[in-house]
Amino acid sequence: MLDVVYCFILIEGQLVTEIPKSSSGHHKDAAEQTPSRLERRFPDFSYITQNGRLTDFLDCVIISHFHLDHCGALPYFSEMVGYDGPIYMTHPTKAICPILLEDYRKITVDKKGETNFFTSQMIKDCMKKVVAVHLHQTVQVDEELEIKAYYAGHVLGAAMFQIKVGCESVVYTGDYNMTPDRHLGAAWIDKCRPDLLITESTYATTIRDSKRCRERDFLKKVHETVERGGKVLIPVFALGRAQELCILLETFWERMNLKAPIYFSTGLTEKANHYYKLFITWTNQKIRKTFVQRNMFEFKHIKAFDRAFADNPGPMVVFATPGMLHAGQSLQIFRKWAGNEKNMVIMPGYCVQGTVGHKILSGQRKLEMEGRQILEVKMQVEYMSFSAHADAKGIMQLIRQAEPRNVLLVHGEAKKMEFLKQKIEQEFHVNCYMPANGETTTIFTNPSIPVDISLGLLKRETAIDAKKPKLMHGTLIMKDNSFRLVSPEQALKELGLAEHQLRFTCRVHIQDPRKEHETVLRVYNHLKGVLKDYSVQHLPDGSITVESILIQATAHLEDQGTKVLLVSWTYQDEELGSYLTSLLKKGLPQSTS
Amino acid sequence: MLDCGLDMTSTLNFLPLPLVQSPRLSKLPGLVLKDGSTFLDKELKECSGHVFVDSVPEFCLPETELLDLSTVDVILISNYHCMMALPYITEYTGFTGTVYATEPTVQIGRLLMEELVNSIERVPKAQSASMWKNKEVQRLLPAPLKDAVEVSMWRKCYTMPEVNAALSKIQLVGYSQKIELFGAVQVTPLSSGYALGSSNWIIQSHYEKVSYVSGSSLLTTHPQPMDQASLKNSDVLILTGLTQIPTANPDGMVGEFCSNLAMTVRNGGNVLVPCYPSGVIYDLLECLYQYIDSAGLSNVPFYFISPVANSSLEFSQIFAEWLCHNKQTKVYLPEPPFPHAELIQTNKLKHYPSIHGDFSNDFKQPCVIFTGHPSLRFGDVVHFMELWGKSSLNTVIFTEPDFSYLDALAPYQPLAMKCVYCPIDTRLNFIQVSKLLKEVQPLHVVCPEQYTQPPPSQSHRTDLMIDCQPPPMSYRRAEVLTLPYKRRYEKIEIMPELADSLVPLEIKPGISLATVSAMLHTKDNKHVLQLPPKPPQPPTSKKRKRVSDDVPECKPLKPLLSGSIPVDQFVQTLEKHGFSDVKVEDTAKGHIVLLQEAETLIQIEEDSTHIICDNDEPLRVPEGRKVKFCCSDAV
Repeated sequence: MLDVVYCFILIEGQLVTEIPKSSSGHHKDAAEQTPSRLERRFPDFSYITQNGRLTDFLDCVIISHFHLDHCGALPYFSEMVGYDGPIYMTHPTKAICPILLEDYRKITVDKKGETNFFTSQMIKDCMKKVVAVHLHQTVQVDEELEIKAYYAGHVLGAAMFQIKVGCESVVYTGDYNMTPDRHLGAAWIDKCRPDLLITESTYATTIRDSKRCRERDFLKKVHETVERGGKVLIPVFALGRAQELCILLETFWERMNLKAPIYFSTGLTEKANHYYKLFITWTNQKIRKTFVQRNMFEFKHIKAFDRAFADNPGPMVVFATPGMLHAGQSLQIFRKWAGNEKNMVIMPGYCVQGTVGHKILSGQRKLEMEGRQILEVKMQVEYMSFSAHADAKGIMQLIRQAEPRNVLLVHGEAKKMEFLKQKIEQEFHVNCYMPANGETTTIFTNPSIPVDISLGLLKRETAIDAKKPKLMHGTLIMKDNSFRLVSPEQALKELGLAEHQLRFTCRVHIQDPRKEHETVLRVYNHLKGVLKDYSVQHLPDGSITVESILIQATAHLEDQGTKVLLVSWTYQDEELGSYLTSLLKKGLPQSTS
Repeated sequence: MLDCGLDMTSTLNFLPLPLVQSPRLSKLPGLVLKDGSTFLDKELKECSGHVFVDSVPEFCLPETELLDLSTVDVILISNYHCMMALPYITEYTGFTGTVYATEPTVQIGRLLMEELVNSIERVPKAQSASMWKNKEVQRLLPAPLKDAVEVSMWRKCYTMPEVNAALSKIQLVGYSQKIELFGAVQVTPLSSGYALGSSNWIIQSHYEKVSYVSGSSLLTTHPQPMDQASLKNSDVLILTGLTQIPTANPDGMVGEFCSNLAMTVRNGGNVLVPCYPSGVIYDLLECLYQYIDSAGLSNVPFYFISPVANSSLEFSQIFAEWLCHNKQTKVYLPEPPFPHAELIQTNKLKHYPSIHGDFSNDFKQPCVIFTGHPSLRFGDVVHFMELWGKSSLNTVIFTEPDFSYLDALAPYQPLAMKCVYCPIDTRLNFIQVSKLLKEVQPLHVVCPEQYTQPPPSQSHRTDLMIDCQPPPMSYRRAEVLTLPYKRRYEKIEIMPELADSLVPLEIKPGISLATVSAMLHTKDNKHVLQLPPKPPQPPTSKKRKRVSDDVPECKPLKPLLSGSIPVDQFVQTLEKHGFSDVKVEDTAKGHIVLLQEAETLIQIEEDSTHIICDNDEPLRVPEGRKVKFCCSDAV
């Protein structure tokens, strides 16, 4: 067996994957999720190595999309722990990621006063290590390792990655969405048959109601509130759902000819829309097709928000960041509007425990703010899930597309994952794993071995009917690390070996009083009758050949009534030779011919 | 099929298509042949000593006679200029294959086609000249019509439905994407640095690599730089699409362009720039963006008139991933990569779909107009040539290298307007070619014949040809060329079960051999070797050694043998197996081993063994096996 050198691939600080860098032997995968972020801000990278530099252990880092739970620890990892190898992400991710990281840093360091955090300069230095990849581009990381990005939907620039060494491969999905939404297309992968598919399973058991229903519901609520003169607050994260909801409201305002103003909190979001405009090739088909006539991200009805607007009388809709109402503008506006039952807050996504968003969603109506102030929430609180993850149906669909040999579930709740795991195993008859944090899963692969076959040998075998499987014979030459399959003759020639001929000759005695040539003729006719598929020839010198087997007849020296048949064949014709001798030994048929 | 370009120089033989009827053009005299006959005077008109066909312009198609295009499986497109003939091929030849191109190539190619169709369709012409194409008639015509090739194959422009149908057959690909074709070869587009999405192609199997280098540029303009590294280790490099103007330096030309433009405008004249709606125009606008203020041109309006002007300007901004590094960085800010966004915002550059409508209200002179078509035969450029041609204050500046500017101007003669020729062709010149070839070192170079000799007009310039070792193989129209490589190997996969069953034997230090007898499965040009099916079990009870009565069905090949037999060891082995009466006799070439009891004689020589057995067949079989064991190695 060849040596197995492992390469480690760190995927987004969440997952450590090892795949062997040689084409034979075992295939091992270890996956682990970091402890919950409440306990620890950054993943524990000592899982990769306790002593030694990360760069020596990792071939590359792959970032699937710009969400902070996928790239938030990157500057810490590369600049503070220390990693100098390549970091791969798509162009939009590369563009947007540093802005979100900077935003994250500001909130954590400037607002919350945390220390021991990465600096702006570290973000810049980290981004210098990023290599941008195109969709479907095959990136050769080193001589053996190649990666390829596939479209994942979810957010602008999100990608799934195929990681390949020799003929073994792993697909890591990151977060993905199998149904197109108002601004992004659906994830897609070809039938790449990876040995392992690592998929997120956020919505492992949910089969979500139709998108249209949720959208209609959303619009109805916004519309009703605005009609009765109320104000609608939609806390969002700057990128992603915000754009989808803006498109939704924009088209609705247009259609219904509504006049109430819609605002978008300034800063990041305006910039964000600009990114969507410039990376329009990453959005869905419809937006891409019509962008020259009408760029969907140039909003007519949605204007930049100014702090002072919050106190304006009359209805309005405001998109404000951040999305969980834990700080910033959205929280400020919330405090202003919370007291009025005409108003409404719509939470379009999941909220982490401890945030104001989480509290009001769980029904709390009296909130303790800073300075012991009690804020009474009279406004209506609505929750609508617009986050774009694949649901159970979507996950199954992706498995069907990619046809993996093993599936590994991450990023979900254990109970739901267990259900999905069973479903996957039942439907696709593949192994499905769901390792806990820190657990190692070993997956064995059984790769076939690619060798070089000489065209001469291949053509000889496929000349007749290429479609039909057929038995072929060749010699495998193994030299250094190359494997070549050639014809035996060529192998001998190449190695300078002489062929050793092994020949068998057998005497078969037959009782036949006739003349020799008549005996020969009888033998000839007999063989011809029996061996219909073989070339049986009667040569002028009186001998008979069956393929390359030679048969000669002589009269017995002592007994003229007995003829001796000499059957001679080479080792290569062993079967036929043995068959012939035993056939002839049974004597000739008593026919008159 | 590599590329699918349209030869549009054929249109130079036609009269321009003015949007508004031109009194000058309609008054041109009909052609009178030398013998005084006038039967062609409706079809052919004379203008300043040149003869033009008065008909809808026609184009010269790619060669379609040489082979049946319905047998073509794949067309690879290298840039948007090289796909203009696609509708003729996909819609009229029975072609059912796939076309591969990058996204910018398709989008901008669509714009070019749209502009072409639009500018021809909006000027319907009742007359369609065909008499002159008759071979007998053509012979009588003055040059260059007399010498035009394959005029019977010239075709009118396609329609938008045909364009859409053709484009729907294109499969989008990205740079460095590996595309499997029928399991037999892999094709990969690489950045060629010439235009948005322009590609060179690698066509390779596991052992052979052919590079198709067409329309490449080593200059830094707006597209992503050329990927040279991936072209290394090519067996064959097909080189085409070099610069058409090897003596002109693009940078110098841009400078000349700007100064001529400024001079004309300062003198109160107008500038006309006949151009394609995408490509060099982006670079020109960028230069002007930097130049306008310093040259005091801030108040001069720049107009870009094309049915696809808006689309082209918009599309240029969304292909960040296909742009050079500097432009990519801008998108990360986020800012539009091209500064023409700012020119539009500040109203310095205005774009219109045509001269109708808004343009006529906004039109102010002096001004600079970018419009098509560079052949000056159709599109809004015709209108401005007629409008401005009479004044020597105005200038027409030619920047596109595809058409001879003198031929383009011929039907407008006599002209008072100034004509400046600043061809900007960023594709490889011969110096860059030799640098490239030195860098990538292909085993063989294949190129069109004209690159292997100096241009006919400058026959002393031996530097204007490809110089490499070994000398390039050249081809000309309708010539069949055999590429100089021999295929020796293919990949085959050995299934793990079969691999487990193989018994490698070290024959020489570091070299092992294993005999492989396996089932060969071939599907989609992929070959797989599996364990052969188990031979059917012989009828259960019977004596093992008895050969079955059935005729052996297939001929399972036995391995060849090699090596020689050490006699002593052989005899020992025989004795171990119960042969007590082994006698060995030496002969000239080897030994004879006699087994009397078994009535068997074994001749052993250096490279052969002959087992002769009298009558006692069953013995032979184990014997043979033993020989095989002793006899070193089965190959």
